[in-house]
Amino acid sequence: MSVLTPGRKAERIDRLAELTALADETGRSLWQEAFARLRRNPMAIIGAVIVALFLLLSIVGPLLAPYSPTAQIWREETSTAQGIFPGPRAENWLGVDHLGRDFFSRMLVGARQTLLVGVVATLVGFALGTLLGAVSGAAAGLGGRRGRWLDNILMRATDVLLALPSLLLAVSVAAVLGRSLTTVMIAVGVVQIPIFARLLRGSMLAQANADYVLAARSLGVRRWRIVLSHVVPNSLGPVIVQATLTLATAIIEAAALSYLGLGNPDPSTPEWGLMLADAQVFLEVRASWAFYPAAGIVITALGFTLLGEAMREALDPKLRK
Amino acid sequence: MALLEVSDLSVVFARRGQREVRAVDGVTFSVDSGEVVGLVGESGCGKSVTSLAVMGLLPKRGVRVSGQAVFDGMDLLRLDARAMRDVRGQDIAMIFQDPLTSLNPVVPIGVQVTEVLTRHRGLKGDAAAKEAAELLDRVGIPDPRRRLKEYPHQLSGGMRQRALIAMAVACRPRLLIADEPTTALDVTIQAQILELLKDLVRESGTALIMITHDLGVVAGMCDTINVLYAGKVVETAGRRDLFARPRHPYTVGLLGSIPRLDTVRGERLTPIRGSVRDVLPWAEGCAFAPRCDRRVDDCLNGPPDLVPVNGRGHEHRCVNPVPPEAVPTREQVEEMV
Repeated sequence: MSVLTPGRKAERIDRLAELTALADETGRSLWQEAFARLRRNPMAIIGAVIVALFLLLSIVGPLLAPYSPTAQIWREETSTAQGIFPGPRAENWLGVDHLGRDFFSRMLVGARQTLLVGVVATLVGFALGTLLGAVSGAAAGLGGRRGRWLDNILMRATDVLLALPSLLLAVSVAAVLGRSLTTVMIAVGVVQIPIFARLLRGSMLAQANADYVLAARSLGVRRWRIVLSHVVPNSLGPVIVQATLTLATAIIEAAALSYLGLGNPDPSTPEWGLMLADAQVFLEVRASWAFYPAAGIVITALGFTLLGEAMREALDPKLRK
Repeated sequence: MALLEVSDLSVVFARRGQREVRAVDGVTFSVDSGEVVGLVGESGCGKSVTSLAVMGLLPKRGVRVSGQAVFDGMDLLRLDARAMRDVRGQDIAMIFQDPLTSLNPVVPIGVQVTEVLTRHRGLKGDAAAKEAAELLDRVGIPDPRRRLKEYPHQLSGGMRQRALIAMAVACRPRLLIADEPTTALDVTIQAQILELLKDLVRESGTALIMITHDLGVVAGMCDTINVLYAGKVVETAGRRDLFARPRHPYTVGLLGSIPRLDTVRGERLTPIRGSVRDVLPWAEGCAFAPRCDRRVDDCLNGPPDLVPVNGRGHEHRCVNPVPPEAVPTREQVEEMV
């Protein structure tokens, strides 16, 4: 390096100081690094924006709705028999449905219910699935012969659940428990249990052979402590990604259940899946009634999927610099 | 009575439907307090398996361990799992080869160090954090308070190995087993880590088993050296005897294959012919015979016994040993040691 002119030198020193300050960032965990990578990914940004809009809509939607979603204000103007329904116009942006209710208001209010179904169903699947998977993985990895036996039983049970087509399983659960909103959430959540369980167990088994587990064992650390503080935190990455992807699936499956007539029977709370189901009778006259809720579901699912995929990439150790 | 006496240790890996593999075959050695003992050999000679067997860290399934490993009056191989967990970390600790994978990537260093302190010394909260910082300081990690909050990927390779050593010496174990502690590090860091281990051993009187394939490491550190081949000790000697008068052809081969300062420029190193896979089962004769230059017919008449060379514990397992004159001069050895 040649001798620098004084002005350039000062500039260089400033730049160096800046770099050093950047390099000196301490306490950046694996998750923080993943988040930093996430922010640089355009897919993640698009997904996050969609998800954020959806969240916002589900919170403030009912406040924004110009009319009550259940009041049959334009009942007189509609005629199901003759197929006469007011289309999109100044006071009803998306038209009026077959019972004379404002479609736009129903879409806005329906977002909350749709989100609730998706989130609760995912939480049910996540909570029970990871519990099952953690027990199974811990037993198989560090539990000796009896552990392997327990793991075998639990995993064969999840195999049985996995062998059934997910929609069929959800339909059976919904049919057994009767029609209600809670039923839909449970039914859709139950379907996700084996997926979460298998995923966490597999991930934990891989981690159980890791060098740091051997190192912890060589220091006499107790087995439950190894599981909780070493194996589980390292195995959660794929499971959390799966949870965001499941949100999309859960919304679609809940819609499918509504469509099949096993959804929420309460007409006072509009929900996109239910609206889609109601629209099928009028598909030839008013295809737009199916289009709006379907588009809402698809876009939301896309948002969660994009975010989930981006998270998978951000957390993948192989793609890490 | 030595601190650890391993006698006739054998480890057999037996998987159903597969041929049994005898990874360790009647290994006997002992370690005194404050002594540094080396286990040396190529990959696959059984040195790591020996240490894992002593620590009780081999999987239970498909593995048969026999023999004895008496530590302070207890036979470690017959201790139940609970008692063994109390011994590990407290009385015997281990340092592993790859410091990056041996540390949990999602947990800060501090948590991993205090974990051991909590487990064996019952330290919690501030007391544990203070002790952890002191430990990091002791192994030469600058600014230990800050380092405790950092994650393994934020530390350099040498720093990580220091952190692992801190965890291993946290409870002042009486025996430390270092399994190739410098293999994953570059040469200058290697020297620093070896220096650190030497200091720790000298200060606290800890015994150290040094597992390595690097004779340079052995020359600088070990008091007694056991050369392993195909699961058996083929030569055991004090450091000076081993480097000055190696008798087993395998040891001589190992010494001949390391680069030295005083070789003529352009001269090639002399490797040992073949590879570790070309072994003969010990039952039929000397396992090294297929690769040996000094092979005689007697080599194939059953397993050779350990032959004492002198009164200082120098022994070898060879029918046709290398005569003592055929090896480097005293001065050259002095330079190496």
